[in-house]
Amino acid sequence: MNNSEKLRQTFASALSVDLDKVVDELAYNTIDEWDSTAHMILISELENDFDVMLETDEIIDLSSVAKAKEILQKYNVTF
Amino acid sequence: MLEKTLTSADLPVDNPMQAYQAQFENIMAASAFSLGKAEKAKKLNNLLNTLYKHHFESSDAFRKIAYSLGFKADRHCTNLDEHIYVAVRLFKLFELSSIQKEDTFKVLSSSGTTSQTPARIILDKQTSARQSKVLVNIMQSVIGKQRLPMLVIDSEAVARGKGGFSARTAGIQGLSFFGRKHVYALNDDMSPNWQRISEFFEVNQGTPVLLFGFTFMIWQYLVCEAKSAAYQFQSKDAVIIHSGGWKKLESQKVDNLSFKKACDEVIKGSKVHNFYGMAEQVGSVFIECEYGHLHAPNMADIIVRNPDDLSVCKHGEKGLIQVISTLPTSYPGYSILTEDLGRIHGEDDCLCGRKGKYFEVLGRLPKAEVRGCSDTHA
Repeated sequence: MNNSEKLRQTFASALSVDLDKVVDELAYNTIDEWDSTAHMILISELENDFDVMLETDEIIDLSSVAKAKEILQKYNVTF
Repeated sequence: MLEKTLTSADLPVDNPMQAYQAQFENIMAASAFSLGKAEKAKKLNNLLNTLYKHHFESSDAFRKIAYSLGFKADRHCTNLDEHIYVAVRLFKLFELSSIQKEDTFKVLSSSGTTSQTPARIILDKQTSARQSKVLVNIMQSVIGKQRLPMLVIDSEAVARGKGGFSARTAGIQGLSFFGRKHVYALNDDMSPNWQRISEFFEVNQGTPVLLFGFTFMIWQYLVCEAKSAAYQFQSKDAVIIHSGGWKKLESQKVDNLSFKKACDEVIKGSKVHNFYGMAEQVGSVFIECEYGHLHAPNMADIIVRNPDDLSVCKHGEKGLIQVISTLPTSYPGYSILTEDLGRIHGEDDCLCGRKGKYFEVLGRLPKAEVRGCSDTHA
């Protein structure tokens, strides 16, 4: 499984949404499932699955799937 | 249209929201406690003039309030203390909004004790996002950028907002950004879960940790319970952040100093920071520094007024607190007269090095009804 697929799976499981809903454009607060409560679950699952530790600024910035990729790349996760 | 008649040469553009964006980004560019008196006053004053224009145009209720206080459409202030202020009570009596209904993203309710009407604060996505950003900006000054293992002194149910989106839920979720591997110290019935708490301190031995809870919750359900059950925990470096007010602790004669002392008896090696903030102005909080003073960040301010004639008090004089926050665009709450009493100690010269006014809160105006945002747990 490549990192893109892994990322989509993490999103799908953290937000409890179907895998096909997880596209680059999917953004925070545009679906009911991705609210502030789910966001913290998402962050902790991203940290577990990719073995990274995000900073507070990055959590606030992580507002879409595309943005998540951008941030994870800073931690040498390649997509 | 109103907008046409309001054109003023003093304002950079006709569209107040556009002007606001630029001015707000400008004030956010500096680190949270870096602006000195003159520079801050200028930036804040511009922002408040823009916010006045925006809310005047967008909120019928605000326009009525403004007219009733003798403020006209083209009101333009040159000093911070000349700006309009809205009594905090009005947020309970009316649903004050500056946005279209369909743009409502979240409605925050505060002080929902059964006997009282809770305030309803209307948030759109932009204001809500701004609140998170500013909170991060301010809190990093005492917590740092790294997210620490976090013990929340509340139940998971409240943190998740299962009983509705209360000020307590908002506070916990807002502060959760600063932590990781969150552990909830209380069971759903508010009894402490000693096993979870002990594990938290064991697992994180030797690393800095973060604790957050409402003042009353920490006191009642952690400190007092731990004392009576003779529990004590060790930490290398525990930052305890708390808020919500002292009202409920007054009868027990608990003040800031005794609170800190008691925290340190239960959690050895703790550093306690209170913060003062209103549900009506989430985000721009006033955080307590290492010297025990509450500090106004760049994007917010406080003015203390004489309770009798509402004239501006000198530094050192006790009076009613007016809070200013440049964040809210979805509701007209950028300048609010609270029912809290306080005293400004100084400006720009606190020993901690932070710029801006520093002050203390001295309780409620006696006649004001009992209120505190953590009072949703009655």
